[in-house]
Amino acid sequence: MPLDPATVRRIAHLARMHIEDDDIPRLQTELNGILGWVEQLGAVNVEGVKPLTGAADMALRMRDDAVTDGDIAEKILANAPERAGDYFVVPKVVE
Amino acid sequence: MSYTIEGKTGPWELVIGLEVHAQVISRAKLFSGAATVFGAAPNHQVSFVDAAFPGMLPVINRECVAQAIRTGLGLDAEIHLESRFDRKNYFYADLPAGYQISQYQHPIVGRGVIEIEGADGTTRTIGITRLHLEQDAGKSLHDQHPAKTYIDLNRAGVALMEIVSEPDLRSPEEAGAYLRKLRTILRYLGTCDGNMDEGSMRADVNVSVRKAGEAFRTRCEVKNVNSVRFVMQAIEAEAKRQIAVWEEGGVVSQETRLFEPGRGITRSMRSKEDAHDYRYFPDPDLLPLILDPAWIETLRADLPELPDAKKRRFMAEYGLPAYDAGVLVAEQASAAYFEAVARGRDGKFAANWVIGDLFAALNRTGRSIETSPVSPADLGALLDLITDGTINGRIAKDVFEEMVASGEAPGAIVTRKNLRQVTDTGAIEQAVADVLAANPDKVAEYKAGKDKLFGFFVGQVMKAMAGKGNPALVNDVLRRHLA
Repeated sequence: MPLDPATVRRIAHLARMHIEDDDIPRLQTELNGILGWVEQLGAVNVEGVKPLTGAADMALRMRDDAVTDGDIAEKILANAPERAGDYFVVPKVVE
Repeated sequence: MSYTIEGKTGPWELVIGLEVHAQVISRAKLFSGAATVFGAAPNHQVSFVDAAFPGMLPVINRECVAQAIRTGLGLDAEIHLESRFDRKNYFYADLPAGYQISQYQHPIVGRGVIEIEGADGTTRTIGITRLHLEQDAGKSLHDQHPAKTYIDLNRAGVALMEIVSEPDLRSPEEAGAYLRKLRTILRYLGTCDGNMDEGSMRADVNVSVRKAGEAFRTRCEVKNVNSVRFVMQAIEAEAKRQIAVWEEGGVVSQETRLFEPGRGITRSMRSKEDAHDYRYFPDPDLLPLILDPAWIETLRADLPELPDAKKRRFMAEYGLPAYDAGVLVAEQASAAYFEAVARGRDGKFAANWVIGDLFAALNRTGRSIETSPVSPADLGALLDLITDGTINGRIAKDVFEEMVASGEAPGAIVTRKNLRQVTDTGAIEQAVADVLAANPDKVAEYKAGKDKLFGFFVGQVMKAMAGKGNPALVNDVLRRHLA
């Protein structure tokens, strides 16, 4: 199922990526190429095979409920483009 | 009689479902070792995992899983031995990874039930569709700067249980009862503190309206309502809005809305237009969550007695009416207090004092049952003093007030203030004779047929005896003298 230009624009919007109209044909071609490549998997017969989300046949490992991390505000905020006290600061996002 | 809202074209029924986000009680977050305590300095309870630094991997907290299982068991729900985690993708400044780890197709808990009680005492069973584990997002502060939003990630990654009901609720009152009941169950289980003020329980409300006998019409979702009262108000406001749309020949479109308590209306959240395009996919960082049935049975064995069972037991064991039992089991601490008072005593008598005098005193002094100035042992001792005739019921009220004020034991107060009931017939005879002698005109009126004056004589005698006369004996002696 090839992507149309509107879908390309919508995917970019959902990822909050700015794209110019000029970019759309190129992105459309690239994305269609990726989808087409993945679609080859459709040719495999998976009749009776359980869905698999990982390669390892293992269950999730769990950890104990103990506080072992945190209290590193300086490191957490180190890459913030803007901060106020110990808060991250971003352009207003309210309605 | 079922609940309807009257429109121009006649009555409309409401169809309501609730999605409740309940913050899990745990020391550390769902997938990181950062602390969860409310009220810390901004960004001080954040690990690299919570802030989505590159290369960080989530590791699930066993206790958060246990809490979800306990809650599922408390809701009489299926526990799924295998569940999975998915990424729910959306863009927001307080969601550093750009996705929330949630459970979409394979939640840890499936169908369950909650029993709710109507104002008329009838019960109704509301279906639970599912419960799943997910991460909370950070907190955005919009009021700190005119053009900026401040972000605190302390809450980011804290475990939430999303508890989804079937669209079984039919009125704002039922929705309120459901929320209160769910909150009580969570608090009994110790899986969520149910504190709506601090945001540890929040509700998304799905509302649609229809004419009797119709299938469902389009619903709207009112997001993030944070009190039982607001949930009830939001449902009514949203239902009335939808009725107006349908009756004016319009069509309700499925959308996300926001309730404005100040104006009592809901309004569209335009920013949520993409809200249902979450592009879920299995989280490749997380293997399937496989539960050992033996572990589930261990958790089941350790569950506390839940409110419905406790209520039934209070009715059977202490002979309480359903209403009293319901009031007492709403909080575990109240139920425990009552039991400590009632054990070995008359249950209904104990319930009257706990629900009546004690709750009123707590209200008045702004205390909770946990910080009650009167211990259950002391209240029990007061009841014993009434039962064995040491003091009468009237004096007991004064002693109780004294206990609330000073925390002193009832026996000590009675001794110190010399409040023992007077059962000495001689003293009562004397007081009666004095009162009758002082009021010859009233005695004449009484004998002429003005029966109501009997109460006046009782009052005068009690007054003369500083309230300590045994009421039954005072009545007897008066009757004899007035005959």
